[in-house]
Amino acid sequence: MELNPNVPSGPLADKWDTHRFACKLVNPANRRKFRIIVVGTGLAGASAAATLAELGYKVDAFCLHDSPRRAHSIAAQGGINAAKNYQNDGDSVFRLFYDTIKGGDFRAREANVYRLAQVSTNIIDQCVAQGVPFAREYGGSLANRSFGGAQVSRTFYARGQTGQQLLLGAYSALSRQIGKGGVTMYNRREMMDVVVVNGRARGIVVRNMINGAIETYAADAVLLCTGGYGNAYFLSTNAMASNVTAAWRACKRGAGFANPSFVQIHPTCIPVHGDYQSKLTLMSESLRNDGRVWVPKKQGDTRHPSQIPEDERDYYLENKYPSFGNLVPRDVASRNAKEQCDAGKGVGSTRLAVYLDFADAIKRDGEEVILRKYGNLFQMYEKITDSDPMKEPMMIYPAVHYTMGGLWVDYNLMTTIPGLFALGECNFSDHGANRLGASALMQGLADGYFIINTSVAHYFGSTALEKVDTGHEAFTKTAAEVSNRIDRMLKNSSGGPEGKVTVDEVHKQLGKLLWDNCGMARNKEGLEHALAQLPHLRQTFWERVYVPGAGRDINQSLERAGRVADFLEFAEFMIRDALAREESCGCHLREESQTDEHEALRDDTNYSHVSVWEYTGDDQPPALHKEPLQFENVTPTQRSYK
Amino acid sequence: MSSIDLKLVIWRQNNGDSLGDFETHVLRDISTDMSFLEMLDVLNEKLTKEGREPVAFDHDCREGICGMCGAVVNGIAHGPEKETTLCQLHMRKFNSGDTLVIEPFRSRAFPIKKDLMVDRSALDRIIQAGGFVSVNTGGAVDGNSIPIPTETAELAMDAAACIGCGACVASCPNGAAMLFTSAKISQLCLLPQGQPERKQRAAAMVAQMDKEGFGYCSNERECEAVCPKGISISNIARMNREYLKSTFFGR
Repeated sequence: MELNPNVPSGPLADKWDTHRFACKLVNPANRRKFRIIVVGTGLAGASAAATLAELGYKVDAFCLHDSPRRAHSIAAQGGINAAKNYQNDGDSVFRLFYDTIKGGDFRAREANVYRLAQVSTNIIDQCVAQGVPFAREYGGSLANRSFGGAQVSRTFYARGQTGQQLLLGAYSALSRQIGKGGVTMYNRREMMDVVVVNGRARGIVVRNMINGAIETYAADAVLLCTGGYGNAYFLSTNAMASNVTAAWRACKRGAGFANPSFVQIHPTCIPVHGDYQSKLTLMSESLRNDGRVWVPKKQGDTRHPSQIPEDERDYYLENKYPSFGNLVPRDVASRNAKEQCDAGKGVGSTRLAVYLDFADAIKRDGEEVILRKYGNLFQMYEKITDSDPMKEPMMIYPAVHYTMGGLWVDYNLMTTIPGLFALGECNFSDHGANRLGASALMQGLADGYFIINTSVAHYFGSTALEKVDTGHEAFTKTAAEVSNRIDRMLKNSSGGPEGKVTVDEVHKQLGKLLWDNCGMARNKEGLEHALAQLPHLRQTFWERVYVPGAGRDINQSLERAGRVADFLEFAEFMIRDALAREESCGCHLREESQTDEHEALRDDTNYSHVSVWEYTGDDQPPALHKEPLQFENVTPTQRSYK
Repeated sequence: MSSIDLKLVIWRQNNGDSLGDFETHVLRDISTDMSFLEMLDVLNEKLTKEGREPVAFDHDCREGICGMCGAVVNGIAHGPEKETTLCQLHMRKFNSGDTLVIEPFRSRAFPIKKDLMVDRSALDRIIQAGGFVSVNTGGAVDGNSIPIPTETAELAMDAAACIGCGACVASCPNGAAMLFTSAKISQLCLLPQGQPERKQRAAAMVAQMDKEGFGYCSNERECEAVCPKGISISNIARMNREYLKSTFFGR
């Protein structure tokens, strides 16, 4: 597997301009001759489909929801970063770049991150032009707040619904193109495989989720914008349908998968309670602007928080990290919460929670101000937990949130399969080992609105593409493989439920295995144990799982079964990657690698690279390739937020 | 943690062409901390274990924001709690021994797909008719060059918060989609960015509502009562004014 990142030469600040000039263009009259498939219509997908259709390409967009507006990007709460320096507090493109590189623990590619910081300012302008109702100051200018991992206020927001408003902006741009005929929208289609012809991605196979038909679509390029794989853990903050299938199928067809063990654990989620729980709900990180994190100083202190006097509380983040305080990056906040709970200082009925207290902020600013800032988040918390954060502190605990690993892409966002691009959370490129707050929305829109158009034009302009349609044997063959796999899942179910397990039961086992052994803290022994358990779990799935219903119908059990089958295969990549990376990095503490003060210890000598895994066969261990990371403009240092 | 027993009377329908009917199930020991959808998950696991087909229902984020879930519970879209989606309705709002009648969102413009799933793509087509600002990517001016007073931005945001779940349609005796449509029209007509297309937008979106088979507002206010995001019917009044302006004064 050849890994050429295709980073343009020259000074960092000029690379993107240099690259855009060097890239081939497609003349407007010729663009309509090219067809592009976009899978997924979240921030990356909707913005890419709209942008490409605006330019004149023919776009086929696919989503597994009933409407593109449902994509999980809609659930992002807190905000989106941009190096606008509207607050005059010393922000700049280089500072956003630096914060992002550092926040990612120096495991991202410099050139990509710099470009992200550069185009961040365009994103805000684009969204404002679309009518996204960002928060405003009284003079009418855009308001900002600060977010974890940053000492400047560069986060733009629309109440606690920033992701929703940005997605609706992209969705409206997409809707405009659907109305005009530039985009053909296919709702309720799930991508099952990618079709490769002569080494190039030329189409996809989808399952029509309404009638079960296996459909094939051909195009000149395929864009995967299908999000992350956090649901491998069963419990995560991801929407229920988020899955790895599209990315994993691409991987099995030859696309390298980068850093699959890089999973972000978000510090402020509502803690787990019962075993029926289906997902975890995130509370925006912006809450840490005003909320103070604490636990009782005494172990096993079960008193009501109001009964615990000030001097018996440990504001551990403020004490340990005086300059960043409660706004330390997510990995630091998460790891410290786990540390407190592991030390027996956790609160709540499960003892797996810490307090996030607004009492001081309410005293300082008044109830009205706090409610205006966080009202909807408070309501959401109260609905779920039946406790009012205005009266008693919230309880929070870390949870799986965002996956920084993804399909390996070069500077053009192209995977190792020519013609197959990956955008947004689906690729690995910009976040290193720990995505900072308010940066995922930024990447999704940067890729879709401002980057992919250049890449696609260059690909078309520099590649001689043969004519291919769905009659080609690669399409019939891939579609047949998809059908067989579905039949196999359903065949297992004949004979009723005697001794059979449900899809969710297997998924929960997989999730627990990953969370316990490949979560926030990992060690060699645990990872090897998890790796040894996987074949057994897969066997349980293929031999005993019961999928009711038929294939030629709406069948939500079958949909889930397909996704879990892929998680079961993909989990091996996650574990092997975690095993191979014998350093602590970003969100993940490799227990064998920590400082004397129990801080994560990175190993730049041996692990300053992107780990790219190549699928080599169902019964073969994957092959590891490395893309070395070069830092010419920043010096990797031990991250300190003290 | 306490638990309750429930009787579910739930709508089953194989597809849009077949006839549907109610089916009764008894669930015991339902934790009151569960969400409504987690309760349905429990029902579905039970049905699967019994070798029967689970109930199909739409859902995704389970955080009250994607707008994909929704069913009518005891005659009320999204259930009895105000400003709450079905996924954020918790079982502590019910009592042990309660009977819950669960039906899909019913409306002529929302054909039933299966059980509790309906097709709400008519709402997408209303947006496609004009619910956007026609601006291409890449040439936007600086965001601060379009100053917008806080009050206006907040008012626009109040309308923009609509999640497109369709509860307004399901609860309206006329099957009107006017709360949904007016929310988008309001957002864009309040903001400077929406001005150039203001009139044709209102006309086009209203025309598409008609075409989809939605009814008209007769001030029943049921939509506002069930809206999980508290969208106000004052938006409908604004939409009516916008529509009148567009018909009387043209483009």
